[in-house]
Amino acid sequence: MVRVTLDNISKFFGKVRAVVDLNLEIDDGEFVAFLGPSGCGKTTTLLMVAGIYRPSRGRILFDNEDVTDLPPKDRNIGMVFQSYALYPHMSVYDNIAFPLKLKKEPQREIDKKVREIARLLRIDELLDRKPAQLSGGQKQRVALGRALVKEPDVLLLDEPLSNLDAQLRILMRAEIKRLQKELRITTIYVTHDQVEAMTMADRIAVMNKGRLQQYADPQTLYNKPANIFVASFIGSPPMNLIEGELEAPDDNSVFFVSSGIKLKLPNVPPNVAKDGQREVVLGVRPEDLQMVGPGDADKEETLEGSIYVVEPLGKEFLINVQVGDHVLKMLVPADGMPEAGQRIRIRPNFSKIHLFDKKSQKALL
Amino acid sequence: MGRTGEDIRKRIARARLERMMVIAVVILVAVVPAIPIWLMYGWIISQSFSGKVILGILPTDLTLDNWRFLWSPIKMGEKEYPNIWPITINTLALALTVSGLVVFVSSLSGYALSRMEFKGRTALMQFIIALHAFPSVILLIALFVILNKLGLYGKGFVTLVGIALIKAGLEIPMATWIIKGFFDNIPWDLEWAALVDGASRWKVWRTVILPLVLPGIAAVSIFSFLSGWSEFLLVFTYVAQEEYYTLPVMIYYMIGEFIHIDWGMLAALGLFYAIPTLIFFSVSQKVLLRIYVGGVKG
Ligand SMILES: Nc1ncnc2c1ncn2[C@@H]1O[C@H](COP(=O)(O)OP(=O)(O)O)[C@@H](O)[C@H]1O
Ligand SMILES: [Mg+2]
Repeated sequence: MVRVTLDNISKFFGKVRAVVDLNLEIDDGEFVAFLGPSGCGKTTTLLMVAGIYRPSRGRILFDNEDVTDLPPKDRNIGMVFQSYALYPHMSVYDNIAFPLKLKKEPQREIDKKVREIARLLRIDELLDRKPAQLSGGQKQRVALGRALVKEPDVLLLDEPLSNLDAQLRILMRAEIKRLQKELRITTIYVTHDQVEAMTMADRIAVMNKGRLQQYADPQTLYNKPANIFVASFIGSPPMNLIEGELEAPDDNSVFFVSSGIKLKLPNVPPNVAKDGQREVVLGVRPEDLQMVGPGDADKEETLEGSIYVVEPLGKEFLINVQVGDHVLKMLVPADGMPEAGQRIRIRPNFSKIHLFDKKSQKALL
Repeated sequence: MGRTGEDIRKRIARARLERMMVIAVVILVAVVPAIPIWLMYGWIISQSFSGKVILGILPTDLTLDNWRFLWSPIKMGEKEYPNIWPITINTLALALTVSGLVVFVSSLSGYALSRMEFKGRTALMQFIIALHAFPSVILLIALFVILNKLGLYGKGFVTLVGIALIKAGLEIPMATWIIKGFFDNIPWDLEWAALVDGASRWKVWRTVILPLVLPGIAAVSIFSFLSGWSEFLLVFTYVAQEEYYTLPVMIYYMIGEFIHIDWGMLAALGLFYAIPTLIFFSVSQKVLLRIYVGGVKG
């Protein structure tokens, strides 16, 4: 078990900048998720940690030891590939035993460990089969077994659940998390699914276009997204983002203005609106909007709109509200049936709104 | 939706008819052209075991006399030919050397071309294809000069080694190309997984890659063995002494014997010539069919 440090690493493939200046520290025994859309450099980063790719720039440290030039076989890493990469010509048993055979462990020891890990992952019935005779979920367990059997210092998982059906995914999610906590292996988990990352990881590194966007625990990512990308990527249904301007007509009030919208922001200090005016993006999560009656709130602190469409989610309704030129999504408890076309008044929870600078995309609050 | 029972029955009948037509086409294309070949094999077998042949077709007098070349010197008319066994060994040595060289070199070079990024890789691949366009007849004179310079000409067995080198050289480009195709089909993930599991590059090649390209290697070894076994031109041109002939050359000389030609023995000889080929083919064909890549296992 080691602490992994990525010290300003970059990876270029010709003109393609797959990973750019990535700095990251993964603590001993920590479960970190790399989260980002397809093509943002997650796999490339993982392969650099594994030693398959050599970083174009920067260093990789295991426990302060520079391993940048250490070949993969000497890094004691376990890895599950997205395709599982099981050896098709070997039985399940031989697949799992392969890393131990390479370590030249005694036959009895190998047999013991293989059966132990197979029991742990509940694949002990399948040891004689070939990979072609396994289902997706079974292959996934075998791949996990092969990665874990050599008791690696670092476990790397590249979208291990993306080829499974939804139900199995939820099951394996919990199982992998439990396994990781039990074995206390430093783990990097790559995914493009924010729910997976949020539910499993201790910390999440959000990436986009090869660059790290934010590195924090799930709650911080959710409550304090550092920029517009993180705000829009984390959370389902996604955050409402409205482009507009901040106006500070006097020293103690700030307004957000956009086409058809003028909203007073009571919690925002006026100095955020530089020179009394600034181009910003306002972010409000669907659950942070609520319907109010006509006399319930200061009119300047509410928005008026009409219901565009209602999506019942069982426990709640997701209501699309047309406000000015914008359609906002809001989550409301499922009582009564709001009707399309109905005019309503909504008020944001001002302690939970987000403001981003439009140019730098960075959070202002 | 308006689909009556009769309609469905009609459709089923039509589907059956179509299936039968498919079978008919397969028989027509795959089986019928093979009939003359099987007839010829049948003829050569019966011919080789019969003493007299009526009208060149009907065998009579079961005998092993035609196979006498296996245990006694071959005599046709006045001329006595070398014993068959050294000649067979020459042929086998040539074929196996060619096959071994081709498999060894092309499995490594195919891997390099498929997996490694280096300058001029594409140009090299195009060059390989172009190389294959040269028939060995064109190269005959140039090769002669080279063999002479290397001191490999007219040196008996050493000349055969030289021929094996040439033949292998001519076969390697295409074999490399074939094997490269098999390597291309192995996903990178598989190789990376083995590296992460703790294998060295060589070990990955031995334990993961090689078993997966075995069908390709089997194919290449069959083809190169056959081309070595049946090589005529190079041996005919460069080998001066009779005792270093190979089977195709000897058979050629014996067919050239106009007056005293012994058809029965030639048939037996032809059959004898085909035996190693059949054995080699049936052995490597098993491997050929055991294709793992793509999830099919043998
Ligand atoms: N071997 C390679 N050669 C060239 N470009 C590559 C290679 N591997 C990845 N890339 C590029 O690098 C970027 C990041 O890829 P990757 O790390 O696989 O993304 P992710 O795993 O996040 O989906 C992509 O634009 C991809 O096209
Ligand atoms: Mg990927």
